[in-house]
Amino acid sequence: MTTTTTTTTATRGRTRTLAISATGLTKSYGDKKVLDGIDLHIPEGTVFALLGPNGAGKTTTVQILSTLITADAGRAEIAGHDLTGAADGVRRSIGVTGQFAAVDNLLTARENLILMADLHHLGRREGRRRADDLLARFDLTEVAHSSVVTFSGGMRRKLDLAMTLVGDPRVIFLDEPTTGLDPRSRRIMWEIIRDLVTDRGVTILLTTQYLDEADELADRIAVLDHGTLIAEGTADELKRRIPGAHIRLRFADAHRLDAAADLFRATSRNDETLTLNIPCDPGIPTLRAILDALDTASIPAEELTVHTPDLDDVFLTLTGRPQVDRVPDSRKENPR
Amino acid sequence: MSTLSYAVSDSATMLRRNLRHALRYPSVTVSVVAMPIVMLLLFNYAFGNALGAGIADSPTGDAEYIDYVAPGIILMAATSGALATAISVCVDMTEGIVNRFRTMSVSRAAFLTGHVVGSVIQTLVSLALVIGTALAVGFRPNATALEWLAAMGLLTLLTLALTWISAGIGLVAKNVETASNIPMPMTFLPFLGSAIVPTDSMPTGLRWFAEYQPFTPIIETLRGLLLGTEIGNNAIIALAWCLGAALVGYVWARRVFNKAR
Repeated sequence: MTTTTTTTTATRGRTRTLAISATGLTKSYGDKKVLDGIDLHIPEGTVFALLGPNGAGKTTTVQILSTLITADAGRAEIAGHDLTGAADGVRRSIGVTGQFAAVDNLLTARENLILMADLHHLGRREGRRRADDLLARFDLTEVAHSSVVTFSGGMRRKLDLAMTLVGDPRVIFLDEPTTGLDPRSRRIMWEIIRDLVTDRGVTILLTTQYLDEADELADRIAVLDHGTLIAEGTADELKRRIPGAHIRLRFADAHRLDAAADLFRATSRNDETLTLNIPCDPGIPTLRAILDALDTASIPAEELTVHTPDLDDVFLTLTGRPQVDRVPDSRKENPR
Repeated sequence: MSTLSYAVSDSATMLRRNLRHALRYPSVTVSVVAMPIVMLLLFNYAFGNALGAGIADSPTGDAEYIDYVAPGIILMAATSGALATAISVCVDMTEGIVNRFRTMSVSRAAFLTGHVVGSVIQTLVSLALVIGTALAVGFRPNATALEWLAAMGLLTLLTLALTWISAGIGLVAKNVETASNIPMPMTFLPFLGSAIVPTDSMPTGLRWFAEYQPFTPIIETLRGLLLGTEIGNNAIIALAWCLGAALVGYVWARRVFNKAR
């Protein structure tokens, strides 16, 4: 029997039930500390994004919370079930879609869904009904009887998510749900994920490397780096902490740079690269205003680039170094 | 439903999955069946005259080499069938599907049980085909229905034991190539026993090995059941080997699968 959860938290004056609560999760592989004390408190019916580069510990966190691996220390409750004491209860409440599609390549799409239904002991009729519903909902009816080997990346990911939904999970883990997908499939996945929360009121913990994805989907975002959470908040709260969008101008010589710096006042300049950063909302009116100002003052610019904040900026700001120079650790991202 | 009936229904689901794989992509099954049939034909038609002449005073008591070699080849059908499990288990492990099963409330035993039972069924089919071929090319056993039953029971037990070991190998193998290579020595072991020629014809060191390795008592028991040759204590030794190996394989494979990573 499913026990109801009693853990609660006060958010914005309201008391909400926590779907996921974890404290002090720690995991090491040999000498390498992958998770160094993670705390997560995720209210029911919300989307929480774990944002970080490869090797930050995102997948490890999902693997621990979905009972795939055990943490060295710390405890967690998922939908009211203790992770170590009631792993089977946790498994009955969750659904997991990993970054590598977990589908049976030798079966058809429908057979994959029915396999899930059978493992959830749904009964023959109900299982088939749910499989057909999901195929229709995910736009896979036409390929229901095709072998999954023939599927594109986007179709596989959709089928993977459909398989996760067969058991009607209350808590869904999405480990990099759109990594490797083309922009269109990515949009479709985002739609599906949003609908899940509005239609079914499920709780979603998703991991991503992309700030825009977290921004698009999540109620709250936590930034994970080297196994520690270095920031947590809403997308807006996080964005306030990072340098906003700016326009970068490059000039031919220091004279022109000086002149432009005077013109735009109080902006950051780099004398080595002869560039000037102008923080602003980079819309067309702003662009036009800047170009007009340069024209009027007769200062020719060599180059103009528009820069919008991305994960690099978050990392640069929060850790003082860019994320790109880090080597992803493939071994622990996908342990067998 | 109780935990036990869930375990049974989950195992049945996994078994259906594996049998569906086998039916849809029969290449592994076909090659597993073809190997012993080719060996049978090779040893009967190509080497049969020479080898048969060399063992004219063999325990079978006549010069029909097919009667001597058929039980050995039948046993090889059991080993090669069982060892294909390593590949199918490893293929599953290298894809994400097993991790999905692990995050579901699926009976822990079901995944391996489905593989093992599926593999045993496939091996039994292949045994039937190999026995049929042997009969067609002149194998003339004199076993009663009961002896046939006992022989099939022994073969099933052997298949079960080798399949569990093979499933364990599939779990620990890093990739499919390794999974198909590790069990290879096991398929050659019957050659170094009494499968093809009697052990007395071998040089001392090899003969010692051949007489004490597990396949020899199993082959001798099979021969005794099918052709009425002397079994002696071979039956007990064969059963002990099979039961021991099945138990070790089962415990090992289950432990490897359940181990938290």
